[in-house]
Amino acid sequence: MSPRDRATAVAREVRDPEMPMLTLADLGVLRGVEVERAADGGEIVVAAITPTYTGCPAMATMRDDLVHRLNDAGFPRVEVRVVLDPPWSSDWISDRGRAALREAGLSAPGPARRISGPVALTLGPARTAPPCPRCGSAATRLTSEFGGTACKALYTCADCLEPFEHVKEI
Amino acid sequence: MNTAERLTIVNDDHGSIYDGLIGGDSSQWAFGTDFEDPLAGVDTTVPDGVDHAELAAYCLMLGDDALVLSQRLSEWCSRAPDLEEDIALANIALDLLGQARLLLARAAAADPGVVPALPEGSPVPAEDALAFFRDAGRFRNVRVAEVPNGDFAHVVVRLLLFSVARLALLERLRASKDTVLAAVAGKGVKEFTYHRDWAARWFLTLARGTDESHRRLLSALAALWPLQAELVAPHPVELSLARAGVAVDPAATRDEVDAVLDQVFAASGVARPDHPPLPGGGRTGTHTEDLGSLLADMQMVARAHPSGRW
Repeated sequence: MSPRDRATAVAREVRDPEMPMLTLADLGVLRGVEVERAADGGEIVVAAITPTYTGCPAMATMRDDLVHRLNDAGFPRVEVRVVLDPPWSSDWISDRGRAALREAGLSAPGPARRISGPVALTLGPARTAPPCPRCGSAATRLTSEFGGTACKALYTCADCLEPFEHVKEI
Repeated sequence: MNTAERLTIVNDDHGSIYDGLIGGDSSQWAFGTDFEDPLAGVDTTVPDGVDHAELAAYCLMLGDDALVLSQRLSEWCSRAPDLEEDIALANIALDLLGQARLLLARAAAADPGVVPALPEGSPVPAEDALAFFRDAGRFRNVRVAEVPNGDFAHVVVRLLLFSVARLALLERLRASKDTVLAAVAGKGVKEFTYHRDWAARWFLTLARGTDESHRRLLSALAALWPLQAELVAPHPVELSLARAGVAVDPAATRDEVDAVLDQVFAASGVARPDHPPLPGGGRTGTHTEDLGSLLADMQMVARAHPSGRW
């Protein structure tokens, strides 16, 4: 296995600090891992990550977790770079990630709205409410577009009466 | 389990949640720690033919808007009518703070001359120096971001006016020749879409709610409308950079801004106000007195310890 493949395999196992059922790779936040040659001839692992939301406070923790894990796996020199473009989309969450979200009682996002020109204002209910991840009922309603983390909204199920979090489509 | 054991409940990546309070882990951020550069690894080369000082000034305008409004929204924490709206306002404040960090860091990268000088050896990064060590007269934010909070209707109207204008601007800024501004705009469009929907729905709810909510909404609208024109009034730096393909002339967004506001007013049964604009403007550093007290609150710890390590 090449150093790049080995470093990639290690980085892909690092979990999201706020949704630890997901790896950074499954969340679509890990954008790439390369092994570069430093000026002094040594190897340096360069991992690229992108924030889900601009103000995501977990970026520093993600960076530190990547560095710690790669250090522990025998890569003493690690650099984490930020990639801002293209902006993160919930469409990048992998199928494995979506399954992990559901298993943890979270509702996975549907397809994101494609925005190119002016964005239309939504005055009514935003979209078809997602089914309850616990009981499967379609009778759910939005409590708030903003949840405990920037990337989630709050819903309540009218049948099982449980509240649940839905990863927003962006 | 004794207290010590409870305090060392761990997961494999982060150790005890209290370790960060003792220091040594830079992921536990406080002012003055070695927090990561929000533009780490991002190419901040200024495009050919673009004036560095103008680009920095423009980034400060947009960045100060986001920073000052974020601070005002943070004052709502624990004071909203219910938990969901408290969380919503905190989420919006967080998005704005993230945008402010990128924009202030971009300003500093474009023209290090805008960053206030600090004592030699100070660990304060450039974005923090800009946020915490400038006086009110050097802030370039629009005044609608800085005026003091009122009731819940006030924050709804403030966010409606701001997010309608900023979303229309960022939609266009995605085509900026400056790749950093274009990327900030690309993310910002997604975020402001939620902010604007939140504000517009609450505007509608309060307008069509009780007599009291209607009265309060109209009162907030009357108080804030004189500051709306400033959001779509161009500053010479914006015009110059718009010609260079870097900035957006906010006047070019007026039709869209008016159309969206009229849509909200029509759905809400509220007449479009006709109060004249308040003279002056934050883009040239002419602020209300209230910016000074906001900054005193936000900056005093940082200024007391310009070389502090936390």
